[in-house]
Amino acid sequence: MLEIRQLVKRYGRGEPVLRGVDLTIADGQVLALIGPSGAGKSTLIRCINRLVEPTSGDVVLNGVSIPSLRPQALRNARRRMGMIFQEYALIDRLTVMENVLSGQLGYVGFWRSWLRRFPQETIDHAFELLDRVGIAEHVDKRADQLSGGQRQRVGIARALLQNPDILLIDEPTSGLDPKTSRQIMRLIMEVAAERGLAAIINIHDVQLASLFVRRIVGLRNGDVVFDGDPRALEDSVLTEIYGEEDWSQTSSSEDGDAGDGDAGDGRRARGSMTQRVPGQVEVEGVTVGRHHDASSKADQHGR
Amino acid sequence: MPVNVIDGRREWRLRDRRGTLLRWLGTFAAVLLFGISMQYISSLTIWEFVADSGRQIGDLFGRMFPPQWSYAPRLWGPLWDTVNIATIGTLVAVIVAVPITFLAARNTTPHAVVRLAALLVIVVSRSVNSLIWALIIVALIGPGVLSGIIAISLRAVGFISKLLYEAVEEINQEQVEAMLATGASKLQVIAYAILPQIRPTFVGVSVFRWDINIREATVLGLVGAGGIGFQLNSAINLLLWDRASLIFAMILVLVVLSEAISARIRQAIT
Amino acid sequence: MAAEPTPVRRWSPPPLIGNPVLRWLALLGVVAYLVLATGSIEINWVRVARGLERSQRLISEFLRPDFVSRWSHIQRGILESLAMAVSSTLIGTLLCIPFGLGAARNVSTPVVYMLCRVVIVLARSFQEVIIAIFFVVMVGFGPLAGMLTLSLATVGFLAKLLAEAIENTDPTQIEAMRATGANWLQIIVYGVVPQVFPRFVGLAVYRLDQNFRNSAVIGIVGAGGIGAVLTTAMSRYDYSVAGAILMTIVLLVLLAEYASGIIRARLQ
Repeated sequence: MLEIRQLVKRYGRGEPVLRGVDLTIADGQVLALIGPSGAGKSTLIRCINRLVEPTSGDVVLNGVSIPSLRPQALRNARRRMGMIFQEYALIDRLTVMENVLSGQLGYVGFWRSWLRRFPQETIDHAFELLDRVGIAEHVDKRADQLSGGQRQRVGIARALLQNPDILLIDEPTSGLDPKTSRQIMRLIMEVAAERGLAAIINIHDVQLASLFVRRIVGLRNGDVVFDGDPRALEDSVLTEIYGEEDWSQTSSSEDGDAGDGDAGDGRRARGSMTQRVPGQVEVEGVTVGRHHDASSKADQHGR
Repeated sequence: MPVNVIDGRREWRLRDRRGTLLRWLGTFAAVLLFGISMQYISSLTIWEFVADSGRQIGDLFGRMFPPQWSYAPRLWGPLWDTVNIATIGTLVAVIVAVPITFLAARNTTPHAVVRLAALLVIVVSRSVNSLIWALIIVALIGPGVLSGIIAISLRAVGFISKLLYEAVEEINQEQVEAMLATGASKLQVIAYAILPQIRPTFVGVSVFRWDINIREATVLGLVGAGGIGFQLNSAINLLLWDRASLIFAMILVLVVLSEAISARIRQAIT
Repeated sequence: MAAEPTPVRRWSPPPLIGNPVLRWLALLGVVAYLVLATGSIEINWVRVARGLERSQRLISEFLRPDFVSRWSHIQRGILESLAMAVSSTLIGTLLCIPFGLGAARNVSTPVVYMLCRVVIVLARSFQEVIIAIFFVVMVGFGPLAGMLTLSLATVGFLAKLLAEAIENTDPTQIEAMRATGANWLQIIVYGVVPQVFPRFVGLAVYRLDQNFRNSAVIGIVGAGGIGAVLTTAMSRYDYSVAGAILMTIVLLVLLAEYASGIIRARLQ
C-alpha cells in the first residue's frame, strides 16, 4: 500500500510544483492521474521513487518511509517499484533481452550484471514475460530496431521482472497511435490484475483513462482537485482540472485507425521520434563518433 | 538588415553597415598582427642564410636520394618499438581516461571538488605535447621505450577524457533514470545506461588518438624516449642524409597505413 | 505420471563479433600482439627505481618555478612562439585555399589534383618536428624556420579538410550554377564557398591554438619558440626554470584555447 502525505516539491524559490498532495493507493488498486501540463503529474510520480527529491512530506510504501532512506536502502526500495516511461527509456544499443534483464539490476552484483550472468530463474522469468507481452520473437534484436508499441512492451516486461509491489507509469501511450495505445493500456491493466499490482498511471488522454481505470485523480497546479470514479468526470470537473474548453470534443471517438491489422510502426509521426538526429561527434574536422540520438532531450525534467 | 532604404529606393548589400565595418576591422587587425609577427620574426632571421636556401635544399635533396636501402634491416626493431609506443601508450591512456572521464562529467561526478580536480588533470595533460612530456620523463627515469609510452599516455589521457566527458554529459538522461528506477547501483547505471550510449564515440576517439600517436611516436626518439626517432637523430647528426631519407620513407609508409586503418574503423562505426 | 520437465531456455548475450572464426582470430591476434609487444620492451627497472627517487627532488624543483633568472630568454621564447603561431596560421589559411581547391577532384584537373594531394600527404604525415628539421637546414635556425614549418602543417591540415568539403558539396547546387552559364570561378565563389565557409573558419581558429601548442615544441630542433629555452634548461638540470617554462606553456595554451573558443562561438 502506498501512502503519500502532504507531499510538497518546490524548485529553488519559485512556486511549488506540488502543494501538499495527499493520496492513498491500496494493494492491487490502479489509479489514473490526469491534469494539464505543469500540474505536477510527472513530478509526483518521480517523487515516489525519489528520482526527484521531495521538498517535504512523506511517501510510505508498505510501511517504509521512502524520503528518509539512505542510498543502499533506497535502492532496495526502488526494486519494489517498477517504472514505465513515456519515451520507453530502453537502452537502444542493447538487445530486448538485456533490456528486460536490466530490471533485475537491483538484485544482482556489479560483475554479474556486467558479464550478463543472471540466474537461470531470472532468465526463465524474463522469457515468460516476453511471451506474456507478446515480444518473444524479438529477443535478440537491438531495442532501437523496434516500433514504439513494441518498445513499450519491453518496458513493461522490464518493470514486471522486478516483481514489484507497485507500478509507476509515466504517460505510457503519449507517443503511440490510438490503436496501439489501447493495446498497451489493456496489457498494463491485465498484468496488474494478474499479479495484484497497484499502479499509478500518469496519463493525458482522459478518455483512454476513463475507459480502463476505475479511479481517476485530477491534479491541477500541484493540488488534487478530483478523486473518484471516471463516471463522475463531468464537463464542470474537467473545466476545473484543465480550464475552460469545449469538452464535447473529448467524447468524439478516435476509432478511425488505419485499416491494416498489423500494428505497423504503431507510432504517431512525431518528428524527433521517428527520425534519428544524426548527432555526429567531430574532432579537428574528423568524425570520430556519434552521440546517442538526442531526440528525447526535450521534456526531461521541466514538468 | 541587408536592405537599406535610400532616396526611396531599396538597396541590397550582403551585409549591413555594422557587419561591413566589423569585417574591415577584423581584416585590418589580422593584417596588423601578421605584420607585427613577421617583422619580429624577420628581426631574428639571418637573411643571408635564407638567400642561400635554394642551394641548401638542392644540396640536401642530392644527398638524400637514393635512400640507403641497405640500412633497412637495422630499422625494423626501432620501427616495431615506435608502433608499440603508440599502441601501448594509447591503451594505457584509454584505461586511465575512463575513470577520469566519469569524475569529470557533470552528471556522473561524485562531488564538485573531485570534478575540478579531474578537469585540472585533463587540462594539464592536454596542454603539454607528447614530446615535451617525453623530455620530462626521460629526465626522470632515463631514456628508453618506457619513457615514450608514458609520454604518449600523458598527452593522450587529456585528449581522450575531454572528448569522452563531453559525450557523457550529452547522453539521454531518461535511460539513466530508468536504470536508477530498478534499484541499480551507480556503477551499474554507468555500465548499462551510459557506456552503451558513448560506445561509438569511445571507439572513434581512441582509434583517432592512436593514429595521432603513431605520428608523435616517430619523433620521441629525438629526446631519447625510444622509437625510430633515435635513429633519425643519429643519422642527421652524422649528416647521413641518405639514411635519413630511408627513415623518412618508412615513417611515411607507417603513417599512411595507420591513417587508413583509423579511417576505416571510424567509418565502420559512424 | 511425472510431468514433462519444461525445456530450459538458456540465454547468453550476443557476442561483439558474430562470426566465431573472426572472433577467435581477433582475440588471438590481440593477445599475441600484447605478448610480443610487452616482451620486446626492455625496461631497466633498476634505473627506473633510481629515477623515481631522484624524481622526488626534481618535482619539488618543478614546483618552485624560477621565472626570474632566465626571464629574458623566456620572454623571447614566448614572443617567438606567439609570432610564429599567428603568422603561420594566417599564411597557412591563405595558402590552403589554392591547395584545397587543387586537391578537390570535382573542381581540379588530374595533374594538379595529384600534385596537391601529394603535398598534402607529405605535410600531414610527418610530425612538425621533422618538417622543422628541413626548414632549419633551408633557412637556418630561428623562428623563420618555425613559421614555415607551422605554415606547411597548417596547409596540410586545412587543405585536406577544404578539399573534402569541396568534394562533398551538394552537386545539385553546382549544377544549378552551371545551368545559369556561370564560369568556373563564379561557381566556386557562389556555389562552393557559402557551403564550406562557416566550418572552415572554425577550423582555422582551432588551428591557431594548435599552432601555438606546436610552436612550443619545434624549438627543440632549433626552429624558434619557447621549446629551445626548455631544452636548454633541462639539459642544464635547471629544473626550476624548466618548471617555470612548463607553467607558462600550460597557461598560454589555455588562454589560446579560451580565446579560440570565444572567437568560434562569436562567429556562429
